[in-house]
Amino acid sequence: MNSPVGLYRPGRSLLHRQRAGVKLATLVVAGAGSILVRRPVETAVAIGVVLLGYAVAQVPPRVVWASFRPLLWVLVPLTVFQVLVAGWQRAAVIVGVIVALVLLANLVTLTTRTSDLIDVVVWLCRPLRRVGVEPERVGLMLNLAIRSVPMMVELADQVREAQLARGHGVSARAVAVPLVVGALRRADELGDALAARGFDD
Amino acid sequence: MLIEFSGVSHEYAGRPRPVLREVDVRLTEQRIGVIGANGSGKSSFARMLNGLVVPTSGTVTVDGLDTAGEGRAIRKRVGFCFTDPDSQIVMPTVAEDVAFSLRRRGLSKAEIAERVAAVLAAHGLAGHADHPAHLLSGGQKQLLALSSILVTEPDLLVMDEPTTLLDLRNTKRIAELVAGLPQQVVLVTHHLDLLADFDRVLVFDDTRLVFDGAPAASVGHYRELMA
Repeated sequence: MNSPVGLYRPGRSLLHRQRAGVKLATLVVAGAGSILVRRPVETAVAIGVVLLGYAVAQVPPRVVWASFRPLLWVLVPLTVFQVLVAGWQRAAVIVGVIVALVLLANLVTLTTRTSDLIDVVVWLCRPLRRVGVEPERVGLMLNLAIRSVPMMVELADQVREAQLARGHGVSARAVAVPLVVGALRRADELGDALAARGFDD
Repeated sequence: MLIEFSGVSHEYAGRPRPVLREVDVRLTEQRIGVIGANGSGKSSFARMLNGLVVPTSGTVTVDGLDTAGEGRAIRKRVGFCFTDPDSQIVMPTVAEDVAFSLRRRGLSKAEIAERVAAVLAAHGLAGHADHPAHLLSGGQKQLLALSSILVTEPDLLVMDEPTTLLDLRNTKRIAELVAGLPQQVVLVTHHLDLLADFDRVLVFDDTRLVFDGAPAASVGHYRELMA
């Protein structure tokens, strides 16, 4: 099964060895800086730089394409719309910037362990301790959320298969009920498992 | 460790019937099996050993600690393995999940990494350290779940039908792993042949502990009940 998360590819490249905080900060700066981009040439350079990053991290083009493909659902209509409304130059800038940023964000996930990224978030949440937020818990919550995505995909597949096996077509309600019940049961079991492993507060 | 149940009954709120009635038992053996039909109470019994379920009447003590008040201290020393490893694995990747068990134990990052690597190597998962946990096979997932428990070096390991979802080869593998453990083990199972060399086997039927003896005698009793 191909899941949209947990895409970390182990490696020892320059980018893998960078600290997670540095990579996240770069991403934030790039995101903020993207509003300054005005000309198609600049977007082309941005995309080029990001692709260079992929080369440094030794990510095969196949993987880059696989993570990029789902974006086309958004990008193609957006391009058409922008070309018609704002002209091709504006369209190239807007779409190009989105492509560059998404590819950059993806590069960060590909070269950074999830737990390292979460550690950065936990570190950033430290000042919130004063208002009663426990940073460790924020981290745990994020971890569980990420872990739950493939679990839910699997559950949805099971439910769909069960419906088909019983000769039903796929109806929204017939899927939603067992999905919600299944998710709640999973949550219950996960709670037990957390308690059993010493995280019971 | 001494496990002691005295006058234990349990009812889940909102359910008409109790799930366990008047269980009195002292367990000291190294290898203890628990068998019984679905709904006989064995799963609740297992969950009482680490205080996940606290009985509505009676007391459960593990090594002198009452599960009602000292659940957390007990859970530090009692590992629990669930039937479905998917509900036990909480972290996205294999090594992260094992490392998760060692948080809050005051170990340095280097110590954690070392113990995680050692336990993964011991259970044939060394090559999967950075793989997403959900891409492992069913057998590997259960090995991961076990690794995550064993890395904390518990004194007692409770297993609730750990092989029910596994094929014969993986069942054998888990059985061999369990046989080699230095820990005391309580194994709830429907795979009766796993219990052949156990010290003692408890049989539950219809919420009560109905038989308690050597594996052959207990399995025989259970077969008769189900006939």
